[in-house]
Amino acid sequence: MQKRTENNFMRLEFAARSENEGFARIAVASFLSRLDITLEEMEEIKTVVSEAVTNAIIHGYEGDETGTVMIETTYTPVRIEIIVEDYGIGIANLEEARQPLFTTKPELERSGMGFTIMENFMDKMEVETEIGRGTRIRLVKKLAKNEALCN
Amino acid sequence: MSLRIDMETVNDVLIVRLEGELDHHTADMLRTKMDRQLNEEPVQHVLLSLANLHFMDSSGLGVILGRYKQVAARGGEMVVCSINSVIYRLFELSGLFKILKIKESEQEALLVLGVA
Repeated sequence: MQKRTENNFMRLEFAARSENEGFARIAVASFLSRLDITLEEMEEIKTVVSEAVTNAIIHGYEGDETGTVMIETTYTPVRIEIIVEDYGIGIANLEEARQPLFTTKPELERSGMGFTIMENFMDKMEVETEIGRGTRIRLVKKLAKNEALCN
Repeated sequence: MSLRIDMETVNDVLIVRLEGELDHHTADMLRTKMDRQLNEEPVQHVLLSLANLHFMDSSGLGVILGRYKQVAARGGEMVVCSINSVIYRLFELSGLFKILKIKESEQEALLVLGVA
């Protein structure tokens, strides 16, 4: 007999190039398209994927396109978990980086809103980072409507 | 999908209509095109029309804030119109509504800028 788990997941890795930002958010959105979620929730997810991948490209690798970005997405009927990981330079001061409007690259007209948007659009955000090793962002979104149905 | 930029000058207002996706990848193109136009045309105000902008992230906020500073430096105003609900929240979170005006439609926005 075949076994079935609660979790469905996908994992992908791609070059740290800006043209892959669009690909990354569409890939995650297509993977989640079988779930019963609202259009607004889907747009929020695309936005946070874009923020995390852009951070990896601009800050993690500072534009070095030989780097790679890994995304893992897992879902159950009640929650979605997205991990975005890079193997770049890491974040020296995480507390500062998480402040709204803070940016280390004002000359690139960065708004400094990436982490704030991820925190606001998702239910949970965890960041692990190590200098010279990279950064791993874990984002969780609860599916409120489905959670109520399961209970 | 990428970003399409349509620009039109009406009196002293530069109307910029965006279609598609504004992210880090397309932000550079918008910056270059708008800066060129702002340098060449003696416009005072900018109207950003986002009716057909399907996606935007914080890279978009950065490029808009940068153009706002230029417009403000020449004593002009920046008005944004026809914005969807998710993009609205990005503007809200970043506090951009404190410096930009927001209107339902291009017509309304042009009225505020004294053109229509």
